[in-house]
Amino acid sequence: MDGLDDIVEEFLVESHENLDQLDTDLVALEQEPNSRERLSSIFRTIHTIKGTSGFLAFNRLEEVTHVGENMLSRLRDGELELTPRRTSVLLQMVDTVRSLLTSIEANGGEGSVDVSSVVAEISAAMENGDAPADAPAAAPAAAEAPVEAPARAATRKTPARKAPAKKAPATAAAPAKRAPRAKAAPKPAPVVEEPAVELHDDLPVEPLTPAAVAEEHPVSETVVDHPEGEAAAPDAAGGQTRRAVADSTIRVDVDLLDELMLLVGELVLTRNQIVQNVARQTDTDLIRASQRLNLIASELQEGVMKTRMQPIDHIWSKLPRVVRDLGLQLKKSIRLEMEGRETELDKTLLEAVKDPLTHLVRNSVDHGIEAPEDRRRAGKPTEGVLTLRARHESGQVVVEVADDGAGIDPVKLGAKAVQRGLLTQDALTRMSPADILQLIFLPGFSTAAAVTNVSGRGVGMDVVKTNIESIGGTIEVESETGRGTVCRLRIPLTLAIVPALTVECATDRYAIPQISLQELVSLDAEKAANAVEEVGGAQVYRLRGELLPLVRLTDVLGLTSERHDGHVVIAVLRSEGRRFGLVVDRVINTEEIVVKAVGGQLKAIGLYSGATVLGDGTVALILDVQALARRALRTETTDRQESRATVSQASAAETERQRMLLASIGGGRRVAIPLDTVTRLEQVRTESVEKVGNREVVQYRGAILPIVRLDRHLGAYGESDREVLEVIVYADHGRSVAIVVEEILDIVDGESAIRSDIDDMGLLGSAVLGDRVTELLDVRAAILAADPQFYSAPPSALNPSSAPSGVSDSLLEV
Amino acid sequence: MTAPTLSSPAPATSGQLATFRLDGDLYGIEVEHVQEVLRSQQLTRVPLAPTAVAGLINLRGQVVTAIELRERLGRPPRPEGTDPVVIVVRLHGEAVSMLVDSIADVVDVDAGDFEAPPDTLEGQARDLIRGAYKLHGQLLLALDVQKAVNSA
Repeated sequence: MDGLDDIVEEFLVESHENLDQLDTDLVALEQEPNSRERLSSIFRTIHTIKGTSGFLAFNRLEEVTHVGENMLSRLRDGELELTPRRTSVLLQMVDTVRSLLTSIEANGGEGSVDVSSVVAEISAAMENGDAPADAPAAAPAAAEAPVEAPARAATRKTPARKAPAKKAPATAAAPAKRAPRAKAAPKPAPVVEEPAVELHDDLPVEPLTPAAVAEEHPVSETVVDHPEGEAAAPDAAGGQTRRAVADSTIRVDVDLLDELMLLVGELVLTRNQIVQNVARQTDTDLIRASQRLNLIASELQEGVMKTRMQPIDHIWSKLPRVVRDLGLQLKKSIRLEMEGRETELDKTLLEAVKDPLTHLVRNSVDHGIEAPEDRRRAGKPTEGVLTLRARHESGQVVVEVADDGAGIDPVKLGAKAVQRGLLTQDALTRMSPADILQLIFLPGFSTAAAVTNVSGRGVGMDVVKTNIESIGGTIEVESETGRGTVCRLRIPLTLAIVPALTVECATDRYAIPQISLQELVSLDAEKAANAVEEVGGAQVYRLRGELLPLVRLTDVLGLTSERHDGHVVIAVLRSEGRRFGLVVDRVINTEEIVVKAVGGQLKAIGLYSGATVLGDGTVALILDVQALARRALRTETTDRQESRATVSQASAAETERQRMLLASIGGGRRVAIPLDTVTRLEQVRTESVEKVGNREVVQYRGAILPIVRLDRHLGAYGESDREVLEVIVYADHGRSVAIVVEEILDIVDGESAIRSDIDDMGLLGSAVLGDRVTELLDVRAAILAADPQFYSAPPSALNPSSAPSGVSDSLLEV
Repeated sequence: MTAPTLSSPAPATSGQLATFRLDGDLYGIEVEHVQEVLRSQQLTRVPLAPTAVAGLINLRGQVVTAIELRERLGRPPRPEGTDPVVIVVRLHGEAVSMLVDSIADVVDVDAGDFEAPPDTLEGQARDLIRGAYKLHGQLLLALDVQKAVNSA
């Protein structure tokens, strides 16, 4: 670039930016072809490039933009209609302009970029908007319709302004561009004054009459009188506004920002030392100055950090074009939706995510979304929807690429993996469907039946995964056969500022991103002794009646707590839809922290999402709440849990992964209740049980709670004179029932359950849980025994009446 | 982790080594890797990290992992009451630090004085030491920085 003077450099930078905008605008224009605003904006951009290139003597660039501008001006004035073909040639023009610019940037000249073909294309498309540019049938079609050429020529050679009173130009243009098989003319045809009406007669299917077409563009009638003035006015205005925008920003070398960042870091530390020292002084002027220093340093730090953040839209803005081109190529109709485009991400990371993201999008378009016929057959709208979502979630940016396509079939996928020798059949059978899906990230895996030129070019999902992981991110895939696939990227915000709670645990401080934090609970020793209970060795806390599993941070980290006074401080955290309480020694405060990446060795531990420097200069680790939850709770991800809730017939495989609450019901029998169905555990005094008819109820939180005694329901013989009843509350759709058991014993994994269908009254079957034979009990029946109206009031989401295997409505009896 | 280094050609290079002491021995690393040397820093321990990770230090706002070189080389812990010296090295653009006993001079070494690690050297240390330079009255062990700070 050193051979270029400043003016060329500025031109290049500005033009490149404008071109990106053009891509977006052109695609958007296809959706709303009548938007004069967009057309004007596109026109202005091209006009600017044309003007400058003429000034700088880049002749070919000028030539291309000139024809493009011609077409755009006629589109804008309503003389031409935007058709897919015209959009395509305009995009082609943008590409040519881009390669010219690249050549100028690299060599200082226009190099060998050929513009004649695209100029011809645009000229041709100006005459005839409908023909697919690449159809092989072009020649015969053109030959069959000799009339068209003259008609086209007529349109072209009869500028609108010369015929203000007649409808001829508009009329001629309309049928010509609607001619279904009309093809690109090899060259401009000779001028023949052939009446366009004749051509129109050849096309009886044409629904629009020439008059209607003309009426659609009433503007052209007014414009034609002073076309020059019309074009000039908005141009000048638009030029001014853009100048204003350009003036409000400057380009800064990223290295310089990095440098600034480091300096600010040092400043902050020095500030901290000064502030601490000044605190011991009595000089008020000094104190005041130090307070100001304190504030200014903080603001400076924040400001510098913000300079590196950019909205993800910067990389998304290129995707509509990718989707459009690919969709056309594959003859799929796809709508791209974007949510959270303002989500900010560090520039370096943004760059790193660009390629993987593009790959995922291409993948979804190519393999995810089906062809329109397949979609129609599957009862889906023919237009596929590709959704991009971005959001901040506990110090990470989550980016999702979701399609509503065919989804990934875990069975096929697994079979393929075995066939490829990537794992054994035995290993496969032990995997859950969700785990099988992650196999697509194995190197050398492609499920596409045929390798197309779009995907399957050797850049597989494994590369995407490697790239994402190299910046400390993660990728996971979820899919529902027939419904679609979601690829979820979690990208750390290395430089993001995150509000966090700092806590102390075994004398060290840790930061917990506020986004996961729901509330704080502090219990004094006396209260803690009662409120924290054990269920089979696992500690739980009843938070307003709901069971909150407790995780001691010291246990997770393998440390010993320094707190011996019995106080319990619980940070109630939410991770992936699951709530748990993290027990820490004490809470320090909340502050805005800067997330710093940690080295590879520490990342591998999988408990820390990064580290940060606290106000006093000490380093604190940032806890990865998701990882913590996964490690400590050792249960399925909520996503799977949610999908289970929506799938009404839970499969046997899912049954086996149930977590069960074990309770004894007397007579030596034990019941295991799927934990999902347990809303709360309560204790009810026997004397508070009242009778309504022959049913037992208890007053509970201002409502009447019907009770079923499981021992009686199942014909077991428990002791009935207990003072306090242990109760499992099950609530759904605002109704609750209480199931009385003798004692809550344990929480177990129902993973190894082997089921048989030996059943009995109120039972669904039996299973082996651990090494004991268990009976599967019909929860529905138990609940109905307590409240016959339980399911009838509002129709339940899962209708278990016809599906006795519905797991969430069943009990396992041990 | 590479196989036993008996046959591997130890690259004998001339140049400058920054030297430091650790449990009585003299070690050296290429001077161009060294970013700076600091006196003892406040360490934030990292629970569950590999034992050689002594913790994290704050290097002017950057968080840098500190590797306890004694642990890494299989030496006994530093005696109570003695503070380590922190050598910050920069590898592939990333700063990592090593805790050593004390810093010594920058020494010019000559490839002619280089020998492969003595056969008596065992265990972890053998993988981390490229060889020894025979100085006057003392051996200077050339540390493979890359390996020393990696996969700790």
